[in-house]
Amino acid sequence: MYRIPILQMGSALLVTIQVDMEDQTALQLQDDLATKIEATGASGVLIDISALEIVDSFVGRMLASISGIASVLDATTVVVGMQPAVAITLVELGLSLDGVKTALNVRRGMQILQAAQDGDPRGH
Amino acid sequence: MAAHDNTLLSVLRDDEATLLDSWLAATVGRNASAGAKAEAQELLNALRTSLQAEDADNLASASWSSTRKVVDRLSASRAAQGQTAGDVSAFVLALKLPIFAALQKRLGQDSATLLDAVISVTTKLDTMAQWTVTAFQRSREDIIQRQQEELLELSTPVIKLWEGVLAVPMIGTLDSNRTQMVMEALLQRIVETEAELAIIDITGVPTVDTLVAQHLLKTVTAIRLMGADCIISGVRPQIAQTIVHLGVDLQSVTTKASLAAALALAFKRTGYTVTRS
Repeated sequence: MYRIPILQMGSALLVTIQVDMEDQTALQLQDDLATKIEATGASGVLIDISALEIVDSFVGRMLASISGIASVLDATTVVVGMQPAVAITLVELGLSLDGVKTALNVRRGMQILQAAQDGDPRGH
Repeated sequence: MAAHDNTLLSVLRDDEATLLDSWLAATVGRNASAGAKAEAQELLNALRTSLQAEDADNLASASWSSTRKVVDRLSASRAAQGQTAGDVSAFVLALKLPIFAALQKRLGQDSATLLDAVISVTTKLDTMAQWTVTAFQRSREDIIQRQQEELLELSTPVIKLWEGVLAVPMIGTLDSNRTQMVMEALLQRIVETEAELAIIDITGVPTVDTLVAQHLLKTVTAIRLMGADCIISGVRPQIAQTIVHLGVDLQSVTTKASLAAALALAFKRTGYTVTRS
């Protein structure tokens, strides 16, 4: 089974999803990420989904629950680079991912994580 | 082939010139143009060819398809000249009287065959008149369809207002098709320009009901999922009242009364200041 790698960059964890997610992969990622946040004491998680072209409700829910899990472990989650088609699909599925931070690209995502670490929730 | 059909065919063949003349005289007048003459001639020829077929009584059969094509072409050219569907069907129906006259002259006292022939001609010409109306309506519907598509594309421009600020001026009623197109165009431009703010201006939207509000909220959510922010501007007083009366929750969306106010907010968010020198 394919396992999505989790990279550490400073105090943030970087996850780049480059394959179409299967349910098992998504669950594994959720598991790995929780362990990794606990082990490294990371304060931010950045999930890059710019290469993801197909989502289903399960993956959408997974993004929301990763964000929830991370916030319980005191880390901020930013989902970056969502494709228009993916955004439209999620909206049509009724998943608005409230509470998940989003950014256009990795650069902006890192800025938001940095700002969250500095105590400014707005990202400026 | 029945006797009356044979008579009909021979009338069409032998009295062709007389038929054409009186038909044209009854419809376009004495001095008909060469074009009108050619059209009438073509229709008459097609009618004769179809009548010669074995299954001439079945107007849905393949032997009538060439006649149908001629009728379709006639309707299209008449429509282009600005004539109505009524004019074109009247033109086809006007062929009846000359044929009746010719049949009467030929059959004289044989009233049984005459009646059969008249019924046969009437049925066929009536159906042909119906074809003209159908063809007319179809060409009109094609035009409406095309215009609708053009309108849809025309009415959804995405404008770059400033570095990192996009605007969509919505004009006309918002239905799910329109919202879908606007959403797709806007999201695509956000990806291309990496704009962090999108302003949706609804000054040109005549009414906002629960469905329109839902479409707007969907667009706003999709924009937020992409990582950009969205402001809805141009909320007129009546629309604000309607939204509140309908109980639509727009709390999660930034709304501004005018595009200017939205742009000012956009400047503030992106860190620009406007000064007058």
